[in-house]
Amino acid sequence: MTGHLVRIDGVAKRFGDRLVLSGVAARFLSGESYVLTGDNGSGKSTLMRILAGLEDADAGTLEIDGRTARLRGYPEWLRGEIVYVHQHPYLFDTSIAENIGFGLKARGMAPDERRRIVAEALEWAGLGHVAQVRPSKLSGGEKQRVAMARAKVLHPRLFLLDEPTANLDRDGRQRVLDLIHDLGQGENCVLVACHDQELIQLPFMRQLRLDAGRLTAFPKSAEKPVPARRAP
Amino acid sequence: MDLIEPTLEAFRLLFTGDPQLWRIIWTSLYCSTLAIALIAPFAIALGFLIAKVRFPGRRALVVTVQGLLSFPTVVVGLTIYMLLSRQGPLGFLRLLFTPEAMIIGYMLIAFPVLVVFTLSSVQGADPRVYETARSLGAHKVLAAWTTLREVRFGVMASIFNGFGRVVSEVGCSIMVGGNIAGLTRNIPTAIALETSKGEFAQGIALGFVLIVLALGINAVLSFMQGEGGMT
Repeated sequence: MTGHLVRIDGVAKRFGDRLVLSGVAARFLSGESYVLTGDNGSGKSTLMRILAGLEDADAGTLEIDGRTARLRGYPEWLRGEIVYVHQHPYLFDTSIAENIGFGLKARGMAPDERRRIVAEALEWAGLGHVAQVRPSKLSGGEKQRVAMARAKVLHPRLFLLDEPTANLDRDGRQRVLDLIHDLGQGENCVLVACHDQELIQLPFMRQLRLDAGRLTAFPKSAEKPVPARRAP
Repeated sequence: MDLIEPTLEAFRLLFTGDPQLWRIIWTSLYCSTLAIALIAPFAIALGFLIAKVRFPGRRALVVTVQGLLSFPTVVVGLTIYMLLSRQGPLGFLRLLFTPEAMIIGYMLIAFPVLVVFTLSSVQGADPRVYETARSLGAHKVLAAWTTLREVRFGVMASIFNGFGRVVSEVGCSIMVGGNIAGLTRNIPTAIALETSKGEFAQGIALGFVLIVLALGINAVLSFMQGEGGMT
Protein backbone atom coordinates (compact mmCIF):
# COMPACT_ATOMS: atom_id res chain seq x y z
CA MET A 1 0.00 0.00 0.00
CA THR A 2 1.18 3.50 -0.66
CA GLY A 3 0.07 6.66 1.05
CA HIS A 4 1.55 10.03 1.74
CA LEU A 5 3.88 9.61 4.72
CA VAL A 6 6.64 12.22 4.78
CA ARG A 7 6.72 15.60 3.07
CA ILE A 8 9.63 18.06 3.07
CA ASP A 9 9.35 21.58 1.82
CA GLY A 10 11.64 24.57 1.30
CA VAL A 11 14.75 22.89 2.71
CA ALA A 12 17.66 25.30 2.29
CA LYS A 13 21.25 25.17 3.46
CA ARG A 14 24.18 27.42 2.82
CA PHE A 15 27.83 26.85 3.81
CA GLY A 16 29.41 30.30 3.72
CA ASP A 17 28.87 31.67 0.19
CA ARG A 18 27.93 28.30 -1.23
CA LEU A 19 24.25 27.47 -1.53
CA VAL A 20 24.03 23.68 -1.19
CA LEU A 21 20.28 23.18 -0.93
CA SER A 22 17.85 25.64 -2.42
CA GLY A 23 14.26 25.07 -1.39
CA VAL A 24 14.26 21.30 -1.69
CA ALA A 25 10.77 19.79 -1.67
CA ALA A 26 9.68 16.17 -1.91
CA ARG A 27 7.14 13.72 -0.62
CA PHE A 28 7.79 10.13 0.33
CA LEU A 29 5.13 7.46 0.29
CA SER A 30 4.87 4.62 2.76
CA GLY A 31 5.98 1.26 1.41
CA GLU A 32 8.30 2.92 -1.11
CA SER A 33 12.06 3.08 -1.44
CA TYR A 34 13.85 6.06 -2.95
CA VAL A 35 17.37 6.44 -4.20
CA LEU A 36 18.94 9.87 -4.06
CA THR A 37 21.63 10.52 -6.65
CA GLY A 38 23.75 13.50 -7.56
CA ASP A 39 27.32 14.51 -8.21
CA ASN A 40 29.86 14.63 -5.42
CA GLY A 41 29.19 17.74 -3.35
CA SER A 42 25.64 18.07 -4.66
CA GLY A 43 24.30 18.01 -1.09
CA LYS A 44 23.00 14.44 -0.79
CA SER A 45 24.63 13.78 2.55
CA THR A 46 23.75 17.27 3.78
CA LEU A 47 20.08 16.69 2.98
CA MET A 48 20.13 13.30 4.72
CA ARG A 49 21.85 14.76 7.78
CA ILE A 50 19.35 17.61 7.94
CA LEU A 51 16.44 15.17 7.76
CA ALA A 52 18.07 13.14 10.58
CA GLY A 53 18.59 16.19 12.77
CA LEU A 54 22.37 15.93 12.66
CA GLU A 55 22.70 19.26 10.89
CA ASP A 56 20.54 22.37 11.13
CA ALA A 57 18.85 23.62 7.98
CA ASP A 58 18.70 27.34 7.30
CA ALA A 59 15.02 26.90 6.42
CA GLY A 60 12.51 24.21 5.67
CA THR A 61 9.80 22.04 7.16
CA LEU A 62 9.14 18.34 7.46
CA GLU A 63 5.70 16.81 7.85
CA ILE A 64 5.02 13.28 9.10
CA ASP A 65 1.49 11.97 9.53
CA GLY A 66 0.12 15.48 9.67
CA ARG A 67 2.62 16.74 12.25
CA THR A 68 4.87 19.47 10.95
CA ALA A 69 8.32 20.31 12.26
CA ARG A 70 10.74 23.07 11.36
CA LEU A 71 14.14 21.76 10.29
CA ARG A 72 15.92 24.68 11.87
CA GLY A 73 15.95 23.61 15.52
CA TYR A 74 15.10 19.95 15.06
CA PRO A 75 12.43 18.76 17.51
CA GLU A 76 13.18 15.75 19.75
CA TRP A 77 9.98 13.91 18.81
CA LEU A 78 11.19 13.62 15.23
CA ARG A 79 14.21 11.56 16.27
CA GLY A 80 11.97 8.60 17.00
CA GLU A 81 10.49 8.81 13.50
CA ILE A 82 13.65 9.05 11.39
CA VAL A 83 16.83 6.99 11.74
CA TYR A 84 20.03 7.67 9.84
CA VAL A 85 22.68 5.06 9.02
CA HIS A 86 26.16 6.37 8.19
CA GLN A 87 28.07 5.28 5.11
CA HIS A 88 30.51 3.56 7.45
CA PRO A 89 28.30 2.83 10.46
CA TYR A 90 29.77 3.26 13.90
CA LEU A 91 29.18 0.29 16.14
CA PHE A 92 29.58 0.88 19.87
CA ASP A 93 32.38 -1.02 21.58
CA THR A 94 30.12 -3.65 23.07
CA SER A 95 28.42 -6.83 21.80
CA ILE A 96 26.41 -6.86 18.56
CA ALA A 97 23.26 -7.71 20.51
CA GLU A 98 23.78 -4.66 22.75
CA ASN A 99 24.38 -2.51 19.68
CA ILE A 100 21.08 -3.55 18.15
CA GLY A 101 19.27 -3.01 21.44
CA PHE A 102 20.78 0.46 22.03
CA GLY A 103 17.84 2.49 20.75
CA LEU A 104 15.32 0.26 22.51
CA LYS A 105 17.18 0.70 25.79
CA ALA A 106 17.26 4.46 25.20
CA ARG A 107 13.46 4.31 24.93
CA GLY A 108 13.27 2.53 28.27
CA MET A 109 12.07 -0.85 26.96
CA ALA A 110 12.13 -3.70 29.51
CA PRO A 111 15.11 -6.09 29.16
CA ASP A 112 13.02 -9.20 28.37
CA GLU A 113 11.11 -7.50 25.60
CA ARG A 114 14.33 -5.98 24.31
CA ARG A 115 16.07 -9.35 24.18
CA ARG A 116 13.18 -10.83 22.20
CA ILE A 117 13.20 -8.03 19.63
CA VAL A 118 16.98 -8.08 19.31
CA ALA A 119 16.92 -11.85 18.72
CA GLU A 120 14.38 -11.35 15.91
CA ALA A 121 16.48 -8.57 14.39
CA LEU A 122 19.64 -10.68 14.54
CA GLU A 123 17.83 -13.43 12.67
CA TRP A 124 16.43 -10.93 10.14
CA ALA A 125 19.91 -9.64 9.37
CA GLY A 126 21.49 -13.12 9.36
CA LEU A 127 23.69 -12.21 12.30
CA GLY A 128 22.61 -14.71 14.94
CA HIS A 129 26.07 -16.28 15.02
CA VAL A 130 27.75 -13.00 16.01
CA ALA A 131 25.32 -11.81 18.71
CA GLN A 132 27.92 -11.74 21.45
CA VAL A 133 30.88 -10.79 19.26
CA ARG A 134 32.64 -7.40 19.42
CA PRO A 135 32.26 -5.15 16.33
CA SER A 136 36.00 -5.21 15.59
CA LYS A 137 35.60 -8.87 14.53
CA LEU A 138 32.98 -8.09 11.85
CA SER A 139 33.40 -7.45 8.12
CA GLY A 140 32.19 -4.22 6.50
CA GLY A 141 29.06 -5.92 5.18
CA GLU A 142 28.22 -7.39 8.57
CA LYS A 143 28.66 -3.99 10.22
CA GLN A 144 26.28 -2.45 7.69
CA ARG A 145 23.70 -5.15 8.44
CA VAL A 146 24.08 -4.59 12.19
CA ALA A 147 23.43 -0.88 11.64
CA MET A 148 20.34 -1.64 9.56
CA ALA A 149 19.02 -4.08 12.15
CA ARG A 150 19.71 -1.47 14.85
CA ALA A 151 17.60 1.00 12.90
CA LYS A 152 14.85 -1.48 12.01
CA VAL A 153 14.02 -2.44 15.61
CA LEU A 154 13.00 1.18 16.25
CA HIS A 155 10.31 1.07 13.54
CA PRO A 156 11.01 4.57 12.23
CA ARG A 157 8.77 6.05 9.55
CA LEU A 158 11.75 7.04 7.42
CA PHE A 159 15.05 5.15 7.06
CA LEU A 160 17.96 7.21 5.78
CA LEU A 161 20.81 5.10 4.41
CA ASP A 162 23.97 6.88 3.25
CA GLU A 163 25.92 4.89 0.64
CA PRO A 164 25.02 1.54 2.25
CA THR A 165 26.81 -0.58 -0.36
CA ALA A 166 30.03 1.43 -0.59
CA ASN A 167 33.18 -0.69 -0.36
CA LEU A 168 31.29 -3.97 0.00
CA ASP A 169 32.12 -7.11 -1.89
CA ARG A 170 29.54 -8.72 -4.17
CA ASP A 171 28.11 -11.02 -1.51
CA GLY A 172 27.98 -8.29 1.11
CA ARG A 173 26.29 -5.89 -1.31
CA GLN A 174 23.62 -8.43 -2.31
CA ARG A 175 22.75 -9.13 1.33
CA VAL A 176 22.45 -5.40 2.04
CA LEU A 177 20.27 -4.88 -1.07
CA ASP A 178 17.94 -7.63 0.15
CA LEU A 179 17.64 -5.94 3.54
CA ILE A 180 16.97 -2.54 1.93
CA HIS A 181 14.12 -4.09 -0.01
CA ASP A 182 12.71 -5.57 3.20
CA LEU A 183 12.97 -2.25 5.05
CA GLY A 184 10.77 -0.56 2.48
CA GLN A 185 7.94 -3.08 2.76
CA GLY A 186 6.10 -1.82 5.81
CA GLU A 187 4.39 1.36 6.95
CA ASN A 188 7.55 3.29 6.35
CA CYS A 189 9.79 4.46 3.55
CA VAL A 190 13.48 4.30 2.74
CA LEU A 191 15.71 6.99 1.30
CA VAL A 192 19.11 5.81 0.08
CA ALA A 193 21.86 8.19 -1.03
CA CYS A 194 24.30 6.45 -3.34
CA HIS A 195 26.39 6.22 -6.48
CA ASP A 196 26.00 2.46 -6.78
CA GLN A 197 24.51 1.88 -10.27
CA GLU A 198 23.28 -1.59 -9.35
CA LEU A 199 21.30 -0.13 -6.47
CA ILE A 200 20.10 2.87 -8.48
CA GLN A 201 18.76 0.61 -11.23
CA LEU A 202 16.82 -1.69 -8.91
CA PRO A 203 13.27 -1.77 -10.25
CA PHE A 204 11.59 -1.10 -6.92
CA MET A 205 13.54 2.12 -6.38
CA ARG A 206 12.11 5.54 -7.15
CA GLN A 207 14.84 7.87 -8.30
CA LEU A 208 15.50 11.37 -7.05
CA ARG A 209 18.33 13.55 -8.24
CA LEU A 210 19.91 16.53 -6.54
CA ASP A 211 21.28 19.07 -8.96
CA ALA A 212 22.28 22.67 -8.24
CA GLY A 213 20.56 22.45 -4.87
CA ARG A 214 17.24 21.30 -6.31
CA LEU A 215 15.55 17.93 -6.31
CA THR A 216 14.14 16.25 -9.40
CA ALA A 217 11.99 13.12 -9.22
CA PHE A 218 11.94 10.37 -11.86
CA PRO A 219 9.39 7.59 -12.19
CA LYS A 220 10.57 4.19 -11.11
CA SER A 221 11.63 1.99 -13.98
CA ALA A 222 9.20 -0.82 -13.19
CA GLU A 223 6.53 -1.84 -10.74
CA LYS A 224 7.85 -3.51 -7.69
CA PRO A 225 9.13 -7.00 -8.43
CA VAL A 226 10.52 -8.75 -5.36
CA PRO A 227 14.23 -9.48 -5.64
CA ALA A 228 15.34 -13.02 -4.97
CA ARG A 229 16.04 -13.56 -1.28
CA ARG A 230 19.09 -15.51 -0.36
CA ALA A 231 18.64 -18.66 1.62
CA PRO A 232 19.46 -17.94 5.27
CA MET B 1 75.54 8.00 54.27
CA ASP B 2 74.41 4.47 55.02
CA LEU B 3 71.41 3.66 52.81
CA ILE B 4 71.00 -0.03 53.62
CA GLU B 5 70.05 0.29 57.29
CA PRO B 6 67.33 2.94 56.83
CA THR B 7 65.95 1.02 53.85
CA LEU B 8 65.67 -2.18 55.90
CA GLU B 9 64.08 -0.19 58.71
CA ALA B 10 61.65 1.29 56.16
CA PHE B 11 60.42 -2.13 55.06
CA ARG B 12 60.19 -3.24 58.70
CA LEU B 13 57.93 -0.25 59.40
CA LEU B 14 55.80 -1.02 56.36
CA PHE B 15 55.35 -4.72 56.87
CA THR B 16 54.93 -4.67 60.64
CA GLY B 17 51.97 -2.34 60.20
CA ASP B 18 53.48 0.67 61.99
CA PRO B 19 50.33 2.65 62.92
CA GLN B 20 51.93 6.08 62.48
CA LEU B 21 53.17 5.19 59.00
CA TRP B 22 49.91 3.64 57.88
CA ARG B 23 47.94 6.60 59.23
CA ILE B 24 50.01 8.83 56.91
CA ILE B 25 49.34 6.52 53.97
CA TRP B 26 45.62 6.45 54.80
CA THR B 27 45.44 10.28 54.96
CA SER B 28 47.02 10.53 51.51
CA LEU B 29 44.76 7.94 49.92
CA TYR B 30 41.60 9.19 51.64
CA CYS B 31 42.09 12.87 50.74
CA SER B 32 43.26 12.20 47.17
CA THR B 33 40.57 9.65 46.34
CA LEU B 34 37.73 11.69 47.84
CA ALA B 35 38.89 14.86 46.08
CA ILE B 36 38.99 13.09 42.69
CA ALA B 37 35.62 11.41 43.29
CA LEU B 38 34.01 14.76 44.14
CA ILE B 39 35.46 16.83 41.31
CA ALA B 40 35.54 14.25 38.49
CA PRO B 41 31.84 14.41 37.49
CA PHE B 42 31.95 18.20 37.12
CA ALA B 43 35.34 18.32 35.41
CA ILE B 44 34.50 15.50 32.98
CA ALA B 45 31.17 17.12 32.13
CA LEU B 46 32.87 20.46 31.52
CA GLY B 47 35.56 18.80 29.39
CA PHE B 48 32.83 17.17 27.30
CA LEU B 49 30.89 20.41 26.89
CA ILE B 50 33.95 22.41 25.85
CA ALA B 51 34.79 19.70 23.31
CA LYS B 52 31.31 19.48 21.83
CA VAL B 53 29.63 22.88 22.17
CA ARG B 54 30.69 25.97 20.22
CA PHE B 55 30.13 29.20 22.18
CA PRO B 56 31.69 32.66 22.34
CA GLY B 57 34.85 32.65 24.47
CA ARG B 58 35.40 28.91 24.06
CA ARG B 59 38.96 29.34 22.80
CA ALA B 60 39.81 31.63 25.73
CA LEU B 61 38.36 29.10 28.15
CA VAL B 62 40.44 26.29 26.65
CA VAL B 63 43.61 28.39 26.92
CA THR B 64 42.76 29.31 30.52
CA VAL B 65 42.14 25.72 31.60
CA GLN B 66 45.30 24.57 29.84
CA GLY B 67 47.20 27.34 31.60
CA LEU B 68 45.90 26.14 34.95
CA LEU B 69 47.74 22.86 34.37
CA SER B 70 51.01 24.61 35.11
CA PHE B 71 49.62 26.72 37.95
CA PRO B 72 51.89 26.31 41.02
CA THR B 73 50.15 24.20 43.63
CA VAL B 74 51.62 26.33 46.37
CA VAL B 75 49.69 29.31 44.96
CA VAL B 76 46.51 27.23 45.06
CA GLY B 77 47.38 26.54 48.70
CA LEU B 78 48.01 30.22 49.38
CA THR B 79 44.66 31.20 47.86
CA ILE B 80 42.75 28.62 49.89
CA TYR B 81 44.72 29.59 53.01
CA MET B 82 43.64 33.23 52.61
CA LEU B 83 40.03 32.20 52.05
CA LEU B 84 39.90 29.81 55.01
CA SER B 85 42.04 31.71 57.53
CA ARG B 86 40.19 33.27 60.46
CA GLN B 87 40.24 36.69 58.87
CA GLY B 88 39.28 35.28 55.46
CA PRO B 89 35.80 35.32 53.95
CA LEU B 90 35.33 31.60 54.64
CA GLY B 91 37.08 31.60 58.02
CA PHE B 92 33.81 30.90 59.83
CA LEU B 93 33.87 27.38 58.36
CA ARG B 94 36.94 26.58 60.51
CA LEU B 95 38.35 24.28 57.86
CA LEU B 96 41.98 25.44 57.84
CA PHE B 97 44.46 22.70 58.82
CA THR B 98 41.90 19.94 58.35
CA PRO B 99 41.73 17.09 55.82
CA GLU B 100 38.70 18.87 54.32
CA ALA B 101 40.86 21.89 53.45
CA MET B 102 43.35 19.58 51.76
CA ILE B 103 40.53 17.95 49.81
CA ILE B 104 39.36 21.37 48.57
CA GLY B 105 42.90 22.15 47.46
CA TYR B 106 43.27 18.80 45.72
CA MET B 107 39.98 19.33 43.90
CA LEU B 108 41.23 22.64 42.52
CA ILE B 109 44.56 21.13 41.51
CA ALA B 110 43.01 18.09 39.82
CA PHE B 111 40.25 20.08 38.08
CA PRO B 112 42.25 21.35 35.05
CA VAL B 113 43.94 17.96 34.61
CA LEU B 114 40.58 16.21 34.37
CA VAL B 115 39.05 18.88 32.12
CA VAL B 116 41.95 19.01 29.66
CA PHE B 117 42.38 15.23 29.36
CA THR B 118 38.62 14.71 28.90
CA LEU B 119 38.46 17.54 26.36
CA SER B 120 41.29 15.98 24.41
CA SER B 121 39.72 12.51 24.53
CA VAL B 122 36.29 13.70 23.38
CA GLN B 123 37.77 15.84 20.62
CA GLY B 124 39.64 12.77 19.43
CA ALA B 125 36.51 10.62 19.51
CA ASP B 126 34.83 9.60 16.28
CA PRO B 127 32.02 12.15 15.70
CA ARG B 128 29.79 9.30 14.51
CA VAL B 129 29.53 8.04 18.11
CA TYR B 130 27.45 11.00 19.28
CA GLU B 131 25.55 11.23 15.99
CA THR B 132 24.69 7.54 16.00
CA ALA B 133 23.44 7.69 19.57
CA ARG B 134 21.30 10.76 18.82
CA SER B 135 19.92 9.26 15.62
CA LEU B 136 18.91 6.13 17.54
CA GLY B 137 16.83 8.28 19.84
CA ALA B 138 19.20 8.87 22.75
CA HIS B 139 18.65 12.19 24.51
CA LYS B 140 21.64 14.52 24.79
CA VAL B 141 22.81 13.26 28.19
CA LEU B 142 22.69 9.60 27.13
CA ALA B 143 24.50 10.43 23.87
CA ALA B 144 27.18 12.25 25.91
CA TRP B 145 27.47 9.31 28.30
CA THR B 146 27.78 6.94 25.32
CA THR B 147 30.58 9.06 23.86
CA LEU B 148 32.44 9.11 27.18
CA ARG B 149 32.00 5.36 27.44
CA GLU B 150 33.55 4.92 24.00
CA VAL B 151 36.58 7.01 25.03
CA ARG B 152 36.72 5.53 28.51
CA PHE B 153 40.43 4.82 28.31
CA GLY B 154 41.14 8.53 27.86
CA VAL B 155 38.71 9.46 30.60
CA MET B 156 40.25 6.94 33.00
CA ALA B 157 43.68 8.30 32.08
CA SER B 158 42.47 11.77 33.09
CA ILE B 159 41.26 10.44 36.44
CA PHE B 160 44.50 8.60 37.14
CA ASN B 161 46.58 11.59 36.09
CA GLY B 162 44.57 13.83 38.39
CA PHE B 163 45.04 11.35 41.22
CA GLY B 164 48.76 11.12 40.50
CA ARG B 165 49.09 14.88 40.63
CA VAL B 166 47.38 15.32 44.00
CA VAL B 167 48.74 12.25 45.79
CA SER B 168 52.31 13.49 45.30
CA GLU B 169 51.58 17.18 45.95
CA VAL B 170 53.45 18.98 48.77
CA GLY B 171 52.95 22.76 48.63
CA CYS B 172 49.18 22.99 49.01
CA SER B 173 49.10 20.11 51.52
CA ILE B 174 51.49 21.90 53.87
CA MET B 175 49.84 25.30 53.50
CA VAL B 176 46.23 24.30 54.11
CA GLY B 177 46.79 21.03 55.99
CA GLY B 178 49.57 22.18 58.26
CA ASN B 179 51.30 18.76 58.26
CA ILE B 180 49.69 17.85 61.60
CA ALA B 181 50.67 14.34 62.76
CA GLY B 182 47.74 11.97 62.87
CA LEU B 183 45.43 14.43 61.13
CA THR B 184 46.75 16.06 57.96
CA ARG B 185 50.22 14.59 57.56
CA ASN B 186 50.31 12.73 54.28
CA ILE B 187 52.96 10.90 52.27
CA PRO B 188 54.72 13.82 50.54
CA THR B 189 54.64 16.16 53.54
CA ALA B 190 55.89 13.37 55.80
CA ILE B 191 58.75 12.59 53.41
CA ALA B 192 59.74 16.27 53.37
CA LEU B 193 59.58 16.50 57.17
CA GLU B 194 61.42 13.25 57.97
CA THR B 195 64.15 14.00 55.42
CA SER B 196 64.71 17.45 56.93
CA LYS B 197 65.17 15.74 60.32
CA GLY B 198 67.62 13.22 58.88
CA GLU B 199 65.15 10.34 59.53
CA PHE B 200 65.36 8.50 56.26
CA ALA B 201 63.66 5.20 57.14
CA GLN B 202 60.12 6.54 57.15
CA GLY B 203 60.83 8.70 54.10
CA ILE B 204 62.09 5.69 52.15
CA ALA B 205 59.08 3.59 53.21
CA LEU B 206 56.65 6.30 52.13
CA GLY B 207 58.55 6.90 48.89
CA PHE B 208 58.27 3.18 48.22
CA VAL B 209 54.49 3.40 48.68
CA LEU B 210 54.28 6.31 46.22
CA ILE B 211 56.32 4.38 43.63
CA VAL B 212 54.10 1.30 44.06
CA LEU B 213 51.05 3.53 43.59
CA ALA B 214 52.50 5.06 40.42
CA LEU B 215 53.39 1.65 38.99
CA GLY B 216 49.99 0.28 39.96
CA ILE B 217 48.18 3.12 38.19
CA ASN B 218 50.28 2.58 35.07
CA ALA B 219 49.60 -1.15 35.17
CA VAL B 220 45.84 -0.55 35.38
CA LEU B 221 46.00 1.93 32.48
CA SER B 222 48.03 -0.45 30.34
CA PHE B 223 45.55 -3.24 31.06
CA MET B 224 42.62 -1.02 30.11
CA GLN B 225 44.38 0.14 26.94
CA GLY B 226 44.72 -3.49 25.92
CA GLU B 227 41.01 -4.06 26.51
CA GLY B 228 39.78 -0.81 25.04
CA GLY B 229 40.01 -1.36 21.30
CA MET B 230 37.88 1.02 19.31
CA THR B 231 35.60 -0.04 16.50
